[in-house]
Amino acid sequence: MINIMEVSETNKMVEHENLDVRTITIGISLLDCIDSDLKKLNDNIYKKITTVAKDLVSAGNQIEQEFGIPIVNKRISVTPIALVGGAACKTPEDFATIADTMDAAAKAVGVNLIGGYSALVSKGMTKADELLIRSIPMALCRTERVCSSVNLASTKTGINMDAVKLMGEILLEVAEQSKDRDSVDCMKLVVFCNAPDDNPFMAGAFHGVTEADAVINVGVSGPGVVKTALEKVRGENFEVLCETIKKTAFKVTRVGQLVAQEASRILNIPFGIVDLSLAPTPAIGDSVADILCEIGLEYAGAPGTTAALALLNDQVKKGGVMASSYVGGLSGAFIPVSEDQGMINAVQANAITLEKLEAMTCVCSVGLDMIAIPGDTKATTISGIIADEMALGMINQKTTAARLIPVIGKGVGDTVEFGGLFGYAPIMPVNQYSCDAFINRGGRIPAPIHSFKN
Amino acid sequence: MEKTQSKTIITVVGKDTVGIIAKVCTYLSEQHINVLDISQTIIDGFFNMMMIVDLNTSKTPFAECSAALEKLGEEIGVTIKCQREEIFDMMHRI
Repeated sequence: MINIMEVSETNKMVEHENLDVRTITIGISLLDCIDSDLKKLNDNIYKKITTVAKDLVSAGNQIEQEFGIPIVNKRISVTPIALVGGAACKTPEDFATIADTMDAAAKAVGVNLIGGYSALVSKGMTKADELLIRSIPMALCRTERVCSSVNLASTKTGINMDAVKLMGEILLEVAEQSKDRDSVDCMKLVVFCNAPDDNPFMAGAFHGVTEADAVINVGVSGPGVVKTALEKVRGENFEVLCETIKKTAFKVTRVGQLVAQEASRILNIPFGIVDLSLAPTPAIGDSVADILCEIGLEYAGAPGTTAALALLNDQVKKGGVMASSYVGGLSGAFIPVSEDQGMINAVQANAITLEKLEAMTCVCSVGLDMIAIPGDTKATTISGIIADEMALGMINQKTTAARLIPVIGKGVGDTVEFGGLFGYAPIMPVNQYSCDAFINRGGRIPAPIHSFKN
Repeated sequence: MEKTQSKTIITVVGKDTVGIIAKVCTYLSEQHINVLDISQTIIDGFFNMMMIVDLNTSKTPFAECSAALEKLGEEIGVTIKCQREEIFDMMHRI
């Protein structure tokens, strides 16, 4: 039988160390909504989302109350809209009406974000893919809760450099459209290499075509729990350090597994995966950078940071894998800048640079995340940063991503406020040398040699 | 109420005072809730009590019991939480 010390340990994690379930995300396939009539398509989409997800928020609240574990977000991901809208949408404006529908459906069921305004173009773009990409600035500007993502590369297909070039321009357009609000719409847009089909985290969540009609995916968190556990093993060797992270990750992930099973039971929707991520928030004691400091660095970004992050990411996975029957999504340590107070401190102390963050993305779970850059950065430079990030993912057979925020009208030394869980960020300098000729070549970078496994 | 197989853990944390257990148990008995186990200790200088109870015979559903006990806690000056046992089982048992 459970004893009082165990009960106390669990409750302490929740009350003092910010243990929470970051998101319950329902993935919904919209493939059966497809129609060549735009109005009918939009009606079908609205009806499907509001039917499948109608009880999501109440189920989340019930689980929160019965287990005493906060469930911070309830969200929805849908089939990439470029696939769904292809038959009906002839212009970017047509595609943007689907974003309106997604936004309305999200508001109707009470979820705070809906992902899947997406295109998968790792090898080439269809006409529909391109129209969707060109509609992203319009769609993000008109909607509140819609998130967009574009998969630009994969280990199997190489990098679509035409799409990389286009996304540099699109990102600046998105920034320009929301320049009176510090270009905040950019945080709802992310580009990927090797994007997973079952990611529950925004802005990159979409419901892949390999998935069932509807699934429950759960993302856990708990950097504060890991940090507190490591405080007790200061000065111990790496064996002890790694064992402590593993055990803690196990406990955190078990909570996600329970919540996923319970949500699946209440909503009568199959359980997909648990994403065992360490996802920070700007709250004090909820920082991945603070874990790196606890491991032994003065600031995130100091020499040794990549190694520390690599071991953290690996131990989180090793501990988490046994705790859940299905693990998926991104699974690992996130290293967003604006959403992590320890990371913000590191930027302010000049301890970390964009280039160091890039190195860290080789070993973390995703990529360059929530990084504010000067608003006068050239589109080709942004494409260059994206291309570098895509190359890391392609060659290392991992998911990488870039969520950059060029803040129009602001430069290095300024700070930008995103609000709430998104935090704030000092604007980071970008390398000033040009990559115009590289980006303007056009075409695609072929798949790497180790993709030929057949 | 809807039958559930699981047990419920009630935790009481706060400053020790006369009659905490009595008041909580009075409420539970009024609601026909059977207490299966009680333990108490001092953790970090705070009074900690844990009860394992069976809500299957309860007159009122989980949400109401939980809210009533939380309110009772506020009156006594302690924090009372109700949680289904599975969360602890999952975390501490393989």
